[in-house]
Amino acid sequence: MAKQIQSPLPGTFYRKPAPEEPNFIEDGASIAVGDTIGLVEVMKTFHEVKAETAGDNARFQAENEAPVMAGAVLVEMD
Amino acid sequence: MDLTGKSLFIANRGEIAVRINRAAKALGLSVIQGHSEADADMLAVRMADRAVELGPPAANKSYLDVARVVAAAKEAGADAVHPGYGFLAENASFAAAVEAAGMIFVGPTADTISRMGDKVAAREAAIAAEVPTSPGSDGRIEGVDEGLKVAAAIGYPLMIKAAAGGGGRGIRVAENDDDLRRLIPQAQSEAAAAFGDGGLYIERMVRDARHIEVQVLGDGSRAVHLFERECSLQRRRQKVWEEAPAACLSDAARTRVCDASVRMAEAVNYRGAGTLEFLYEPERDEFYFMEMNTRIQVEHPVTEMITGIDLVQEMIRIAFGEPLRLAQDDVSMSGHSIEVRVNAEDPSNNFMPFPGLVGAMAMPANARFDTMLYEGYAIPPFYDSLLGKLIVHGANREAAMNALATALDEIRIEGLKTTLPLFRALVRDADIRADKATTSYLETWLESHAIDAA
Repeated sequence: MAKQIQSPLPGTFYRKPAPEEPNFIEDGASIAVGDTIGLVEVMKTFHEVKAETAGDNARFQAENEAPVMAGAVLVEMD
Repeated sequence: MDLTGKSLFIANRGEIAVRINRAAKALGLSVIQGHSEADADMLAVRMADRAVELGPPAANKSYLDVARVVAAAKEAGADAVHPGYGFLAENASFAAAVEAAGMIFVGPTADTISRMGDKVAAREAAIAAEVPTSPGSDGRIEGVDEGLKVAAAIGYPLMIKAAAGGGGRGIRVAENDDDLRRLIPQAQSEAAAAFGDGGLYIERMVRDARHIEVQVLGDGSRAVHLFERECSLQRRRQKVWEEAPAACLSDAARTRVCDASVRMAEAVNYRGAGTLEFLYEPERDEFYFMEMNTRIQVEHPVTEMITGIDLVQEMIRIAFGEPLRLAQDDVSMSGHSIEVRVNAEDPSNNFMPFPGLVGAMAMPANARFDTMLYEGYAIPPFYDSLLGKLIVHGANREAAMNALATALDEIRIEGLKTTLPLFRALVRDADIRADKATTSYLETWLESHAIDAA
């Protein structure tokens, strides 16, 4: 089964640090432990989502600015 | 005024949407509540006569989308639109779009909103109305020599500000002449690089100040004040605790700031409910105008508690064309009121937001709780964390503090982390009981006090 990174909080998921900046992690890239893969905005505060497991060939399941629930799968990887 | 048969669209959410629903119903209005997809279950939707979905959860695609909100209100056949606070409440193009669509905007004109939204224009309007502003240069300074002259007149410490700056950017603090000689050229070249404009001005720095604000109501020609509020307890520039009146003011100081506020409101032909914010320096007994907020404010209930006037109803009446019903002599105050903001945040864990499912609730017996909560409500994570406002009234400040302590002991909201434990600690704090807190007090206090989760 593919490895997953889930949202630790409910809120709005962002793939980039600011609207005009590139994504933290592009689809297809590798992810190392401790990498920031996105932000979750909850009640107007931003929380970084960090990878707790490493993987390759990242496939994002949540779009930029998507509303997410706690436990929602943000990215799958091999 | 009979508003039966007329309808009001509420372009907001949370506790203020509940508050506006109540005021509108009391006036006989039919209520149309706008809401995002994430807010279909909110209390204001349940109270309203009709509800209209505005769009996805993200505020910029629902509550902040001017075209969408105006179209929804128009389509629903609304006679008027109430913007609440936050979101589009101080957006001049929204006010203009509502009126262009043939509806009433519950607030001042678009022109007043944009004039007061521009800090320089607002300061100029204040000076023209002889409202005290903080001492400083007359407009821009040309160089070090002029800076030294201004400094000799107003004293140190002072702030060197970039004319084109704002929001805390481009500010330097000078403690003496040497600082000023060194910092003015530096500030000039930096402002030129950052803003394309090296213009500077100087203001005296106000330390250990109180945040005092005056509530006004106007009908476009005449205005009255409803006394002042004291809101010095703030965290990250957000008020958490508000009182009315400001117990630190003498009657003479109160009269001075309230009269100045009425002058300003009348000078700008203010319509609706508005607030002038000041810093007050107790040592000098001086007020300095900061800004005017052209909306109903979160902390309006403490004013209602001491005056007995329903501010939201009054602003709606004025919006529908009724002249101001109150003469200044009709407004009197009685006792003391305190409000605390109950947020879905964990004060024992750096105020981490805590959206969750509301469990059992117990309400205090002798307090007002303006809230969006009901048992079983799932708080959406997409908006700010204000859940409600706990408001008490007493014969004097000490009685109000005691009433607050009792209300805080009685109120129970299960299932959530809230800021209630913070207030249970603050209400017993000796400095706060003695009314000693200035605007920096709470941040300093939090550095040395741990809050037990409860």
